[in-house]
Amino acid sequence: MLESKVAAVNDDWAIEVEALVKTYAGNPPVEAVRGIDLKIGRGECFGVLGPNGAGKTTTIEILEGILNATSGIVKIFGMEWGRDDRKLREHIGVSLQETELSEKLTVHETLTLFRSFYSSGISVAEAIARVGLQDKANVWVKKLSGGQKQRLAVATAIVGDPQLIFLDEPTTGLDPVSRRQLWEIIRGFTDSGRTVLLTTHYMDEAERLCDRIAIIDAGRVIAEDTPSNLIRSLGPQQRIEVTWEGTWMESERGEVSRIPGAESVIHSSQGLTLCVDEPHRVLPELMSLLTRSQVALSNIATRHATLEDVFVNLTGRHLLESDESGWGAKR
Amino acid sequence: MSNSQNSPQDRVLHPIFAVTVTRVREFIRQPEAVFWVYVFPLLMIFVLGLAFRSQGPAPLEIDLVDSAGAEQVKQWLAADSDVTWKEVSGEESRRRLRTGQSLLAVKLQDTAAGRIEYLFAPDRPEARALRNEIDQRLQLAAGRSDTLTTTDQHVQESGGRYIDFLVPGLIGMGLMGGGLWGVGFAIVDLRIRKLLKRFLATPMRPADFLAGIMISRMLFMVPEILLMFVFSWLLFGVSIHGSWLLLTGLVLLGAVQFSGIGLLVASRCKTLEAASGLMNLVMLPMWTLCGIFFSWKKFPEVLHPLIQLLPLTPLIDSLRGVVNDGAGIDELWPQVLLIVGWALTSFVIALSIFRWRDN
Ligand SMILES: Nc1ncnc2c1ncn2[C@@H]1O[C@H](COP(=O)(O)OP(=O)(O)OP(=O)(O)O)[C@@H](O)[C@H]1O
Ligand SMILES: [Mg+2]
Repeated sequence: MLESKVAAVNDDWAIEVEALVKTYAGNPPVEAVRGIDLKIGRGECFGVLGPNGAGKTTTIEILEGILNATSGIVKIFGMEWGRDDRKLREHIGVSLQETELSEKLTVHETLTLFRSFYSSGISVAEAIARVGLQDKANVWVKKLSGGQKQRLAVATAIVGDPQLIFLDEPTTGLDPVSRRQLWEIIRGFTDSGRTVLLTTHYMDEAERLCDRIAIIDAGRVIAEDTPSNLIRSLGPQQRIEVTWEGTWMESERGEVSRIPGAESVIHSSQGLTLCVDEPHRVLPELMSLLTRSQVALSNIATRHATLEDVFVNLTGRHLLESDESGWGAKR
Repeated sequence: MSNSQNSPQDRVLHPIFAVTVTRVREFIRQPEAVFWVYVFPLLMIFVLGLAFRSQGPAPLEIDLVDSAGAEQVKQWLAADSDVTWKEVSGEESRRRLRTGQSLLAVKLQDTAAGRIEYLFAPDRPEARALRNEIDQRLQLAAGRSDTLTTTDQHVQESGGRYIDFLVPGLIGMGLMGGGLWGVGFAIVDLRIRKLLKRFLATPMRPADFLAGIMISRMLFMVPEILLMFVFSWLLFGVSIHGSWLLLTGLVLLGAVQFSGIGLLVASRCKTLEAASGLMNLVMLPMWTLCGIFFSWKKFPEVLHPLIQLLPLTPLIDSLRGVVNDGAGIDELWPQVLLIVGWALTSFVIALSIFRWRDN
């Protein structure tokens, strides 16, 4: 009934999305996705980045075939949901944002159940080994740490030996060590020619892990490219951040932008960020200006531009800010 | 089916089997579920069986009011070993009657005139019966002679006791609870934990999944029902008068019926509150109306057609028929037909409205 997994997967694109729209019925209806186009190549690690409520989960669940789109076209390996479902499901692996696996099953038992659903795949023992849970194989899910649970969720996604893996916020809430462990697992996949689509709010994660990313905000793709291209598109690649205590008069503050080499300045209430290419040329001027103004300087730091800056540049907001205020969900 | 030149391994375990084993594991690892399903029904049988056991004819207890003729009454009643009395003052006897501590007070004011006074509440049938019984004894002892010869035969067969009536009722109740909790609640729980959605993202066939859930439910049920029969047989000598085969068939049919109803209840619920509310709405009327603890015929006759249509009634009635009266399928087919009808209807509706995903 099924062709071999490799033979069936011969379309150029792993994922093609055109004019995808999802409006949740309700009063008022929620326009979660407002027209998204994406093309994701085979073997790519593609990241979807965006604040809370941006529409990441909605998009990924439509691609996974577990949520109906309001309109638009979705093709996975050239196949469409509603026509080739069983075949498609054999080729994709999924880890949802919030699944509570049964607490009173062991890691091995959980994976045995998931493995039974696929007509072919890797052995349970191998899935356990790939996510590094060997010494927890016979431990109840209840007794796993958050990071181990996430790795188990990833193991359920790979036990059917899929060509395409969807991971919805696989590293949210994990400590840096656990995150790095998961990154390694994910890299292991793409190295073997498989495709990964993941969502995250972590800029550094997207930057290091993903070949290409799409930044989505309010249900639309606002930027899509490789992380380095996106950062390069910002112009000046260095940032000087200054924060102070008390007040610094507007008139004097304005002089900062007249410093030669300061391409642009982003002001906030207690600080400012200079976008520059050569910090060593700008810093002396900046320091003398600060000294003249007698500002109570609390910190000054330089760093390389990041995806966070791309997001700020595009939206005028910080990604994490909106995280904390729940801005995204309220919109 | 799949040519597996590259695939590392073909399927090793059938999904129906995997789901079944998983459910059984989850179930036996939950002590509280095991308690409610296996231990609680036995406790019910034990407690109710003891409370309502028949202890032979109870002694007749009366109050004897302090009066001139009290000694005479005692003499008359001395021959009847099953009558006991308590001597009380007139005032005390009224208090005891009023508070229900005694049913009947007897007072013989004047021995010579032989005038006996009975004090009792006429609206209590058992008080009237006691009055007549005592009156009869006293009249005979005082010299009345009867015109007809009568003999009494006492009938007490296993199958006619309360415990015999109760056990099939409790089995019906267990089948109902098991179907609604074991299937309905289990599925809603999976939906809330997003596991239903997660399973849907695999090539799992919904039919395989449901089959696994049903089979596991049947597996939990076998020890449950066996334990109840064995326990009530060992403790109270409850025996099965009819065919074992028919009984097994009825139990299975009942389990299937209530699994279907459980599935129906679960088909749309998105929260545990909605599910438990709906389940209580389904179960409460049946707990009270369908004759688990006492015959549904005690309800007003206008309700009878309605009660007989509820899914639990034909199940308990037919179980009682087989267990207590040795009835066969020739008598029980209307009930069986009704159960099959409920099972089919609930499954068809449940499967057509079942919500696998959010949309
Ligand atoms: N089932 C639903 N019914 C109605 N509205 C919904 C539903 N699911 C999500 N939404 C709304 O759709 C929008 C997008 O939600 P979505 O879950 O896709 O965001 P997200 O980018 O995954 O956010 P997060 O980072 O918090 O996971 C939000 O405004 C959310 O409130
Ligand atoms: Mg999300």
